[in-house]
Amino acid sequence: MILIEFRSVTKTYGVGQAAVRALRGVDIRIEEGEFVAIMGPSGSGKSTCLHIMGCLDTPTSGEYLFKGINVAGMSRYQRALLRRYHLGFVFQGFHLLGRTNALENVELPLIYQGLPPKERRSRAKEALAVVGLSGWEKHAPAELSGGQQQRVAIARALVTRPSVILADEPTGNLDSVQSHEIMKLLTVLNENHGITVVMITHDPEMALYARRLIRFFDGQVVSDEPNGSKKP
Amino acid sequence: MILNMLRIAWREIRRNIMRSFLTILGIVIGVAAVVTMVTIGKGATEQVRRQIASMGSNVLIITPGKRFGHGQPFGANIPFKEADAEAIARDITSVAAVAPVSSQALTAVYGNQNWTTQVTGTTNDYFTVTNRRLKRGRLFDETELRNGASVCVIGETVRRMLFGSTDGLGEMIRFQKFSCEVIGILEVKGQTATGIDQDDFVATPLRTYQRRVSGNQNVATIMVSIQDGVPTEKAQSDIARLMRERRRLRPGDEDNFTVMDMKEIAKMLTSTTELLTTLLGSVAAVSLLVGGVGIMNIMLVSVTERTREIGLRLAIGATEEEVLFQFLIEAVVLSAFGGIIGILVAIVASLGLTKMMQVPYEFQLGINVLAFLFSAVIGVIFGFVPARLAAKLNPIEALRHE
Ligand SMILES: Nc1ncnc2c1ncn2[C@@H]1O[C@H](COP(=O)(O)OP(=O)(O)O)[C@@H](O)[C@H]1O
Ligand SMILES: [Mg+2]
Repeated sequence: MILIEFRSVTKTYGVGQAAVRALRGVDIRIEEGEFVAIMGPSGSGKSTCLHIMGCLDTPTSGEYLFKGINVAGMSRYQRALLRRYHLGFVFQGFHLLGRTNALENVELPLIYQGLPPKERRSRAKEALAVVGLSGWEKHAPAELSGGQQQRVAIARALVTRPSVILADEPTGNLDSVQSHEIMKLLTVLNENHGITVVMITHDPEMALYARRLIRFFDGQVVSDEPNGSKKP
Repeated sequence: MILNMLRIAWREIRRNIMRSFLTILGIVIGVAAVVTMVTIGKGATEQVRRQIASMGSNVLIITPGKRFGHGQPFGANIPFKEADAEAIARDITSVAAVAPVSSQALTAVYGNQNWTTQVTGTTNDYFTVTNRRLKRGRLFDETELRNGASVCVIGETVRRMLFGSTDGLGEMIRFQKFSCEVIGILEVKGQTATGIDQDDFVATPLRTYQRRVSGNQNVATIMVSIQDGVPTEKAQSDIARLMRERRRLRPGDEDNFTVMDMKEIAKMLTSTTELLTTLLGSVAAVSLLVGGVGIMNIMLVSVTERTREIGLRLAIGATEEEVLFQFLIEAVVLSAFGGIIGILVAIVASLGLTKMMQVPYEFQLGINVLAFLFSAVIGVIFGFVPARLAAKLNPIEALRHE
């Protein structure tokens, strides 16, 4: 089943002289269960593309079908619900709530789903266990390493059991060891939990974890091919 | 869902305990200051009103000297004599009681206790005019008044200071130049608006005072109470005419005495305290405003952090309405909390201060409601408006906010 489909998606920021054409007609199809890496030079439109996929932003023209449904026709409210139930986002900068412990950070999306506290708690604990942070529930972000913080952020993304996790340079702020741990975690989520993963990275080593590689240049997809050998 | 939002808001309040505390503090200070000031001011006004009511508003006070008597010519300040008081009582039909009054501060001694108090020479009419009732013992009798006997009627403060727990009736109090036997003790009257203890007081017959204390026949003031239903102005002008005659003033000469109406004094005093209330209230209102600015500042400073938080909440699936609702609840809870604490602080402070200043305490509903609403509105506006702006952004813009 096709999960994500872009049809000639464009995105222009600003108007007139100052207009920036971040995406100039992008066509992408991503099947359920794929693990896709997106690469490309800085400013080539990768983040813009991912934000549109994550319903955090809307295309200027073109169509975005999520599970066959046109997102462009949706209201702000409907897109919020799409994010709430189907999409998980992981940012380069983690974006955890400060002075809030890991468990509460992970619980947050479930509050908006209206789950009762008990169930929220147990599912948040489960998610933290999946990312290997059992026992760290009561720790605030300030007490965690960058890699641990990103794992909390991934737990927060997966706790809602989304169809897809969209990660924008998730290892951009991490050292090599922590980066590989995060990539292994994403691989596990993809292979064992059946979550589709779309990830932007600058690091060719990290891109090797994905099974498909899309390259961006100047707002367009310049190559889209299966990725060679997986890293052991 | 509402329960959930409440839970989120509560968690946010706790998470940002310092910010919450400062917000609450700003509101508490503002509300408490305004409410306390106004309550005390109103208490003082009420105090003056009651005092005047207890004095009887039908009292005139006659003093030698011109009304606005700066730089009086020599000899203008001719003192009154007891005969002046008697003449008023005899000739002016509208008066109810006339009391000649002279007084001086003296130190009273009993055993090893001593106490400096105001000694007043007067007649029994004084107690009628000033509305003072006897608690124990008796007032002066005819013979004592006529002969200037060594007897006195004392106020509660003097009794307490000299006799402690015993009632003192029949005991001799010594002053520097004379002694007197305590024959009566007055009911407690309390303080005046200006803080003078009206029970710190010893009365002797006028003759006794003149002979033993002042050493002359003068009377410092004459207090007059007017019969019910007689207009004060009428009595005032009748007395003035009589006094002009007795002091041999020619037509065209200025009065060299003053007949003052208690109502005039009352009006003067109440308008002063009312002015004071307004003044205190405005000063306090400034502090409420400053508190408001403080809250605004705290909210604006935290706006960057909060904008990112809003971006994140939107990104993980909160709707704009949910985010706004959360912030609204936060603002309302903090403001209401601050307002309620402010009112409680004000109640405690007003109770304490009114007790200390011996003015009556009365809960001022109006100012409480006003201060509470004002603080609530400030809190809600400054807590909510930045959030409203942030929630209108798309999640990515909000997340990137610097
Ligand atoms: N909010 C924005 N306003 C204006 N221009 C933007 C905005 N976001 C991105 N751009 C521009 O769009 C282009 C693509 O940006 P982006 O998608 O972030 O690239 P990448 O993630 O590949 O580095 C860049 O030229 C960038 O400057
Ligand atoms: Mg980018």
